[in-house]
Amino acid sequence: SLHPTINDDFLEELEEILIYCDIGVNATLQIIEKLKDRVKESGVKTPDEVVETLKTIIRELLETKYRGISKDYPLVIMVVGVNGVGKTTTIGKLAYKYKKEGKKVLLAAGDTFRAAAVDQLEIWSQRAGINMIKHSEGSDPAAVIYDAIYAAKARNVDVLICDTAGRLHNKKNLMEELKKIKRVIMREFPEASKETLLVIDATTGQNALAQARLFKDSVGIDGIALTKLDGTAKGGIIIAVALELDIPVKLVGIGENIDDLQEFSPEDFVNALF
Amino acid sequence: MLFEGLAHKLQETLRKLKGKGKLSEADVKQAMREVKLALLEADVNFKVVKDFINSVTERAVGQEVMMSLTPGQQVIKVVNEALTELMGKTKTDINISSKDLTVLMLVGLQGSGKTTTAGKLANYLKKQGHSPLLVAGDIYRPAAIKQLQIIGEKAEIPVFAMGDKNKPVNIIKRSLEFARSKGLNIVIIDTAGRLHINDELMEELKEIKLEVEPDEILLVVDAMTGQDAVNIAQTFNYQLSLDGVILTKLDGDTRGGAALSIKAVTNCPIKFIGVGEKLEDIEPFHPDRMASRILGM
Ligand SMILES: Nc1nc2c(ncn2[C@@H]2O[C@H](COP(=O)(O)OP(=O)(O)OP(=O)(O)O)[C@@H](O)[C@H]2O)c(=O)[nH]1
Ligand SMILES: Nc1nc2c(ncn2[C@@H]2O[C@H](COP(=O)(O)OP(=O)(O)OP(=O)(O)O)[C@@H](O)[C@H]2O)c(=O)[nH]1
Ligand SMILES: [K+]
Ligand SMILES: [Mg+2]
Ligand SMILES: [Mg+2]
Repeated sequence: SLHPTINDDFLEELEEILIYCDIGVNATLQIIEKLKDRVKESGVKTPDEVVETLKTIIRELLETKYRGISKDYPLVIMVVGVNGVGKTTTIGKLAYKYKKEGKKVLLAAGDTFRAAAVDQLEIWSQRAGINMIKHSEGSDPAAVIYDAIYAAKARNVDVLICDTAGRLHNKKNLMEELKKIKRVIMREFPEASKETLLVIDATTGQNALAQARLFKDSVGIDGIALTKLDGTAKGGIIIAVALELDIPVKLVGIGENIDDLQEFSPEDFVNALF
Repeated sequence: MLFEGLAHKLQETLRKLKGKGKLSEADVKQAMREVKLALLEADVNFKVVKDFINSVTERAVGQEVMMSLTPGQQVIKVVNEALTELMGKTKTDINISSKDLTVLMLVGLQGSGKTTTAGKLANYLKKQGHSPLLVAGDIYRPAAIKQLQIIGEKAEIPVFAMGDKNKPVNIIKRSLEFARSKGLNIVIIDTAGRLHINDELMEELKEIKLEVEPDEILLVVDAMTGQDAVNIAQTFNYQLSLDGVILTKLDGDTRGGAALSIKAVTNCPIKFIGVGEKLEDIEPFHPDRMASRILGM
């Protein structure tokens, strides 16, 4: 049997820690079950060892799902997500990162809806020293992306990054618009490798699971950029996303400055949970 | 609808109780466990959930309920009362003073919806016959000023901006003079998004509060926020003593438990909800109606 201190109270305490990180009830219970099995098998005894085992379980879960962004160029990255999560900012940071690596980068101002979204991306493009393709506010976003693809081809661009307007995943017409953009990319740039990144705000609770599910269903998601990890929220919902949908986190945002973007590290992420 | 998923779960659980002639303590405990899970899945903070369940269980297993003729319905009544208490009883309006100028300031985390809400609120108040002024107090976010100006243009509401080279507190002070000189009666201040743990930026807000004394400081919160909502709201409230909360993005399918948590820990009323990206997508919040709707009563 388990160590006397590893009783129901202790397990409940661990459960609460996981719930508090927004991992969610279902994923938490799954993980705790795994933990009980693992503790029995391995014979670990002290509470500290149990916590370490728990960390290992979560880390392994995230590691086995981990894949980086494609390194085949030309590469088209489409960035999607609900309103205000950090899409445009992440694009600015990511463009800068590629530029520092010596890649030729182009941005597409695919958010033609939100007030001053184009101006916002333009400021980021200037900060990163990168060109941008834009149309006027209110125009068809798919047309912007179409133009950007042809500009990218003509200029031999390595990485084209497309911004899109924030949209809630439950809005059918807006998701259709996104599918149309994706179709344009697939059709007009077949030779490029593609990456669709879903941006999730680490402050988000259980709704992030619905976001991931519906964005995945409509345009397919290759990876997640988890933003605002510089706050106090832990972003645990990505564990539920990994469990249920098998979508890896690829990038993390840790601030509002141009270099506040990192590759995802399961180890650092798990350490921050506890 | 706000809390729709939560409502569904709770109603299902409570319906099982309703039909029963007699209730055992175990029946109540089982139901409360289901209520607890439903609340957690809706992102209500786990400490708030714990307190809620404890207090409801205590009342529900009491003599009065258990010995009554319709114990199931009595339990539902207890849950309903507790939920209404948690959410606050009646609608709370924004206080528009009869003096010359009312100053409202919107604060909150990055991307929560402050700038959009500033426009919606101005538009809402204009429709009620007021003359609002929007103030561009965010000097940090790229194109934040332009964003507010475009929104102002659409709503045909004046926007006061001084670029991004002046301190927000100075911009705001000048905007009040401007509003007075133009005979406007409400000033709505947009501020930069900031983390509650960013001391420097929280100091900036405290300085504004000290020097400008806004009539209301309203925290704008994304309804999709998870467990951290409590932490965020408590910190903003501690630093600024908030007058109310505006919950945004309720046009999504979030269960919106953050609303319950925030009310529970700060006791600040939720005054408005945002239900879309357009100017008209704002509604006053009616907590009492909401509790009844959650339980389908
Ligand atoms: N603290 C912090 N703030 C961030 C981070 N990423 C983005 N932000 C801020 O979040 C806010 C929203 O960012 P945007 O890039 O405009 O988000 P978006 O998803 O493009 O928003 P919409 O286009 O309106 O849907 C801005 O104030 C950003 O500065 C991050 O990693 N940490
Ligand atoms: N669907 C929906 N979107 C909203 C709502 N309120 C705001 N938004 C969107 O959320 C995103 C962020 O809104 P902003 O007003 O820029 O948020 P903010 O708090 O000013 O952001 P920062 O200034 O960067 O901190 C935008 O895409 C808005 O259109 C709402 O009630 N529903
Ligand atoms: K957000
Ligand atoms: Mg954007
Ligand atoms: Mg803003």
